[in-house]
Amino acid sequence: MDLSAINPVLLIASLMVAATAVMIAAIGELIVERAGVLNLGVEGMMITGAICGFAAAVQTGSPTIGFVAAALGGAALSLLFAFLTQFALANQVASGLALTLFGLGLSALLGQGYQGIKPPSTPRIDIPVLSDLPWVGRILFGHDLMVYFGLALVAAVWAFLKYTRAGLVLRAVGENHDAAHALGYKVIRIRVMAIAFGGACAGLGGAYISLIRVPQWTEGMTAGIGWIALALVVFASWKPWRVLLGAYLFGGVTVLQLNLQAAGIAIPVEYLSMSPYIITIVVLVIMSADKSRAPASLGRIFHATH
Amino acid sequence: MNLTKRALMTGAAMALGLAASGAPVLAESHSEKTKVGFVYVGPVGDGGWTYEHDQGRKAVEEHFGDAVETVYVENVPEGPDAERVMVQMARDGADLIFTTSFGYMDPTINVASKFPDVKFEHATGYKTADNVSVYSARFYEGRAVQGHIAGSMTESNIIGYIGSYPIPEVIRGINSAYIHAKKVNPDVEFKIVWAFTWFDPAKEADAAKVLIEQGADVILQHTDSTAPLAAAQEAGGIIGFGQASDMSEYAPSPRVSSIIDNWAPYYIARTQAVMDGTWESSNTWDGIGPGMVGIGEITDAVPEDVKTEALALKDSIASGEYHPFTGPLKKQDGSDWLAEGETADDGTLAGMNFFVEGLEGEIPQ
Repeated sequence: MDLSAINPVLLIASLMVAATAVMIAAIGELIVERAGVLNLGVEGMMITGAICGFAAAVQTGSPTIGFVAAALGGAALSLLFAFLTQFALANQVASGLALTLFGLGLSALLGQGYQGIKPPSTPRIDIPVLSDLPWVGRILFGHDLMVYFGLALVAAVWAFLKYTRAGLVLRAVGENHDAAHALGYKVIRIRVMAIAFGGACAGLGGAYISLIRVPQWTEGMTAGIGWIALALVVFASWKPWRVLLGAYLFGGVTVLQLNLQAAGIAIPVEYLSMSPYIITIVVLVIMSADKSRAPASLGRIFHATH
Repeated sequence: MNLTKRALMTGAAMALGLAASGAPVLAESHSEKTKVGFVYVGPVGDGGWTYEHDQGRKAVEEHFGDAVETVYVENVPEGPDAERVMVQMARDGADLIFTTSFGYMDPTINVASKFPDVKFEHATGYKTADNVSVYSARFYEGRAVQGHIAGSMTESNIIGYIGSYPIPEVIRGINSAYIHAKKVNPDVEFKIVWAFTWFDPAKEADAAKVLIEQGADVILQHTDSTAPLAAAQEAGGIIGFGQASDMSEYAPSPRVSSIIDNWAPYYIARTQAVMDGTWESSNTWDGIGPGMVGIGEITDAVPEDVKTEALALKDSIASGEYHPFTGPLKKQDGSDWLAEGETADDGTLAGMNFFVEGLEGEIPQ
């Protein structure tokens, strides 16, 4: 055992990278669920975003355009789900699962010819003086922009839900769509916008994996991260800051356990391997012991009868 | 943008076509065509393990033309779900089913007992039955060559190894690589990380990054995707090897060589045997000599003398002159395993569950 081999600064820096994809996807899904829609297609939208972003970044040489394309790709796929569930009134669970399967297949098709290509690299920000500070420099000021974007997004979603009128309307739609409808709010329109936002976030999360975290394109490369994002929203009791906490915990313990393994620490590897899941669940379950609950209209179909 | 749109349309059309053609396939199962099924653990585009099995499947199609029909299911989890997929294939009229991951062992045996007329071939396992054969390749022979190059080229003397699951197959690879790295570089140290997955690019990349952060400058992998090579490339100054497939898109560096699985001749021979009615349960374990394991081109990133030695090692293994597990060798706990000049028998290798002396860390049980 040699714990000195683990560099805490690099550890914290890489846990922020490991957490970002799942966090961005989860914060998008949080908005969708707060609007009363359960979209199980996060995995499908992520992988579609991953290839859309990858392809666009490779074609144009610009990671920024890649991320924009990823958001558009994820949103476009989510609109398929919106059409099925909001206009055709299809079952949300079935439609979401279908979206995942469709997204996996579609991304494999779009990704033909992109295997083994190196995407243009996304530079880390480099602020003179600040980035060179010992410890905090690398942790706080040494990441790619998407890491900060993810944090800002969480803050923005929190402020949106808590302080804005639009956020209040969104929550009203999620809690009681009939009452919201009676008050004259456009339930369907609001939900479609929420779904599109969720799709765009999932797409960005996917592109973060294919453009920065790995970086390459491989079929099925999200490998279940979309499902983690879904679970995270529930365990975080639909609260933005808890999504951030959960994502950092999950990413942190994932990276930490790999570090401990490489350092040869004498904890059985099976426990290390399951630890990200267990620790994240336990912490968030304990935190949700307060009166938090799911949005009341979550997963229910809305049909304006009058 | 046009391209994307067209691809989208094709995708939608294919999805519709797939849904429409699902049922007729069931009905046509009594045709005279020999039907061969493949169960894959990852996607066919993983660029590694599953990709090579699918190349084998395509070779079967090409070789037999219209006489054979092949089907495959990708991303099948190791466990009960695999049974469901195999049962479905058998019911759909498959005559021969290749199950291509270690974790399909028990599901394959279970399903095979229910379909005595269907032949099953399980890759990398050790349980056979009247209608179940096992086949694998002696990847550890390739690992010896890798270990030699890795030990010669490391400057930090730390070699990172990404293991998938602690099964004999993987442990053999670690031991073989370590023995040969140690031979050329007595100071070499292996850091081993178990990913507990065959295919998860993000996790594989994380594992590679962690190993690099902890000082490794050579990364060996026993997982299926090219992600560790991508991470090595990103980090710079790190070398790695193609796993299961050539992964030549990462040549000349970080990928300096590779182990290539060549299943095509075996798949063609076994399909032929089913067509001829001569198929028998068997246990195949071939290495570099018969061509089931190939060593990908050693690139110019490797010094000329190291390359020459590596090729000589490869040739001596291929000819049978040298066995990668030749004594004197001790187990990790210091007990004797092989005496001077003694070579390991296949039984011990097939069930290998111990590290050799010098490796650190425990094998998860």
